[in-house]
Amino acid sequence: MTGSSAPTPSAPAKSEGGLRAWLTGRSGGRARRRWVDYAFIVAFVVLLVITATVSDVFFTQRNLSNLGRQAVTNGLLSLGMLVVILTGGIDLSVGSVVALAAVMVSGLSKEGMALPLAILVCLVIGIAAGAGNGFFIARYKLQPFIVTLASMITIRGLVFVYSDIPITPEDPAFRAVLGGGFIGPFPISALIMLACYPIVWFFLNRMKSGRAITAIGGNEEAVRLAGISVTRHIFLAYMISGLFAAMAGVMLASRLGIAQPSVGGGFELDAIAAVVIGGGILGGGGGGAFGTLAGVAALGMIDNLLNLFNVQSYYQQIFKGVIILVAVLARRKQQ
Amino acid sequence: MLVMRGIHKGFDGTQALRGVDFSAERGEVHAIVGENGAGKSTLVKILAGAILRDAGEILLDAVAADARTPLAAHRLGIRAVYQEFSLVSHLTVAENILLGQMPSSRLPGCVDWGKAYRRADEILQSIGFVGIDVRKVVRQMSVSHQQMVEIAKAVAVRPRILILDEPSAVLSQEELDRLFALVRLLRQQGTLILYISHRLDEVFEIADRITVLKDGQLVGTVRPQEADQGQLIRMMVGRSLGEIFPSRQPSLDEVALEVKNLGRAGSFSDVSFSLHRGEVLGMSGLVGSGRTQVARCIFGAEPFDTGEVHLEGKPIHPRSPRQAVRQGIALVTEDRKRDGLVMHCTIRDNVSMASYDKLSRWGVINRRTQATQVQQKVHELDIRPPLLDRLARQLSGGNQQKLVLAKWLMTQGKILILDEPTRGVDVATKVEIYQLISDLAAGGIGILLISSELPEILGLSDRALVMREGRIVGEFKRAEASEENLLAAAAGVKQ
Repeated sequence: MTGSSAPTPSAPAKSEGGLRAWLTGRSGGRARRRWVDYAFIVAFVVLLVITATVSDVFFTQRNLSNLGRQAVTNGLLSLGMLVVILTGGIDLSVGSVVALAAVMVSGLSKEGMALPLAILVCLVIGIAAGAGNGFFIARYKLQPFIVTLASMITIRGLVFVYSDIPITPEDPAFRAVLGGGFIGPFPISALIMLACYPIVWFFLNRMKSGRAITAIGGNEEAVRLAGISVTRHIFLAYMISGLFAAMAGVMLASRLGIAQPSVGGGFELDAIAAVVIGGGILGGGGGGAFGTLAGVAALGMIDNLLNLFNVQSYYQQIFKGVIILVAVLARRKQQ
Repeated sequence: MLVMRGIHKGFDGTQALRGVDFSAERGEVHAIVGENGAGKSTLVKILAGAILRDAGEILLDAVAADARTPLAAHRLGIRAVYQEFSLVSHLTVAENILLGQMPSSRLPGCVDWGKAYRRADEILQSIGFVGIDVRKVVRQMSVSHQQMVEIAKAVAVRPRILILDEPSAVLSQEELDRLFALVRLLRQQGTLILYISHRLDEVFEIADRITVLKDGQLVGTVRPQEADQGQLIRMMVGRSLGEIFPSRQPSLDEVALEVKNLGRAGSFSDVSFSLHRGEVLGMSGLVGSGRTQVARCIFGAEPFDTGEVHLEGKPIHPRSPRQAVRQGIALVTEDRKRDGLVMHCTIRDNVSMASYDKLSRWGVINRRTQATQVQQKVHELDIRPPLLDRLARQLSGGNQQKLVLAKWLMTQGKILILDEPTRGVDVATKVEIYQLISDLAAGGIGILLISSELPEILGLSDRALVMREGRIVGEFKRAEASEENLLAAAAGVKQ
């Protein structure tokens, strides 16, 4: 611009941010580094070291693959939840969608539908459930909490209408390959879940829809006035959440080898917890794929460790609750 | 009675008040006038404890009156009615008036509703506001009635000082008469009334003394008998344009945007104008005169009810900002924090946000093209620091404003609408933005410049429109426009 002091001609476009920014998906300017930025990672490493010294079971291939398989459901749900939370919303219906997908994939395959087709149908149903949420939230500007609460209840009802007794999927390959299969030492289900993370990262950071979704949570009106359809992107976010919830349901059925119509209650809360521990901010304005993965891993590890130490599950809950609170408290100042 | 001495207040690097010495007496109606941004609201908000001053002292009856919160001000007997309402919209009139002092019934913890309604009604009667149903929910009332309730709420506690900030903006003539009757009554009872208004005829009718603020300083205090409106206007604007505006050649190019009889119920009506390529068309008028709504309608951010918009001769009807952006229209909104920037996103994201379509293929953003183009704009506008991954919220106000401008320059539109493009930025950045506007116009873009700062309109525009109460009430060629006649048209004063 003329009339101003001449800017340096080759101003460098350096990328700042570092590990924390990468984890939380916030390419974050030269924010002052504080201990709390790394506290989470430090705590994680400390936890691992303690575990390694105290327990000789934790670092066995068997235990780690168990840990990986158990984290699949929450890992997938959290990804969808992350996308929704980035828009400033929330999706309480994912637990019910898990049950719907689990029961239907088992039921359909039992009725003789080819397994790939049954899985596909379930994923489409998941997307449709998300589309339903998105429609009311984006089109009629209803509160996400209320809309997804309503669909959580409605879908749970549908699950029981479909089947009020547990269904065992017939296809042996379902359980053997998807649920219990290994590639080398790695469980297939965990690999599928992990593969979704870079995909979502790419979507959120490299695609225009992903950038729009990230921005909407910060300032919806600014995004709208920039000529981006907010309605469309909120709609998309809930469909993505529905898709991942259905995937989680299919994977869960394949691991357990049985689909209970009551399964999935409270799963939404674990997913929200993972996103928040991983740097997500309810109401939008923060969160990233790899941070969320760290949150999923942390929650999974806590469960796993406390199991190894034979801690009663009630105490596990207390412990988890405290961890969530501490994680959010530690990030308080950053917001 | 009231003495304010050496009051200073700065916001984000701009000085809103620079050493104001103000005093007023018991039983006086003291008007405070000045242009937008002169510091009127800031001054009374400091008195009312709504914002904290940086320096200076306040004495009330020769005693230091240091109200650091609105509650503390209430205890000192200072009540304020602002332009923004503070009513709880889903409660009744009675509850709002008696908020915090609802009468209890014999049953502990319960409200004696009959008594509450009677008391609220008495209060309204005693100040001459008849015809307001105290059982009605505030949300269901007209804006003018809400304003009356707001005033009643403040008066109900018999304050020593009553601040009225633009109370007349939403009132009808009849309601205004009632308000004036109330003001005179309160004056008689010894209340000091500080009255802020843009409407000079109103000020002359009601005020005992008039204080003029300009650029955060007190210009002078006059009695209405001693001055006329013209004199007051000169006190309000009297400053030289200086050398801050670039020289401009008026454009004689073809029409780029034509607006015919545009109207939106409740906001504006019958707005017609044409904007030429390479022209800067100024639009002034008071806040609330409908300028922003006109801009938003052209941009598709709000629907319009009547009229037509033609872009380069072809009729367009943008139903969303998305469509307007595609047609080549850009809007820099008046409040960058509210709807201009995503603060937690980076410079890179904010600048390229409106251009994602051009920067991506199959929905994937071309990072290299994006970086190059954003870097170029950052360089052109001298945004500092020039780091693409810096978050918007970490930048200074001036740089944030440049970020918004960069976003729209990147779309390479044909029409650029600027709504208060220099609000809250320092003088150096203002000068840069003025030069940029001039350069853009020279490059063939049609620019609609909405501003409350008259020097800005006069210094940059080839033509200037004036809006008042939702209509265009004046059009001035560059040679004919002056601060006096623009302000007179905006305030509805006949010359």
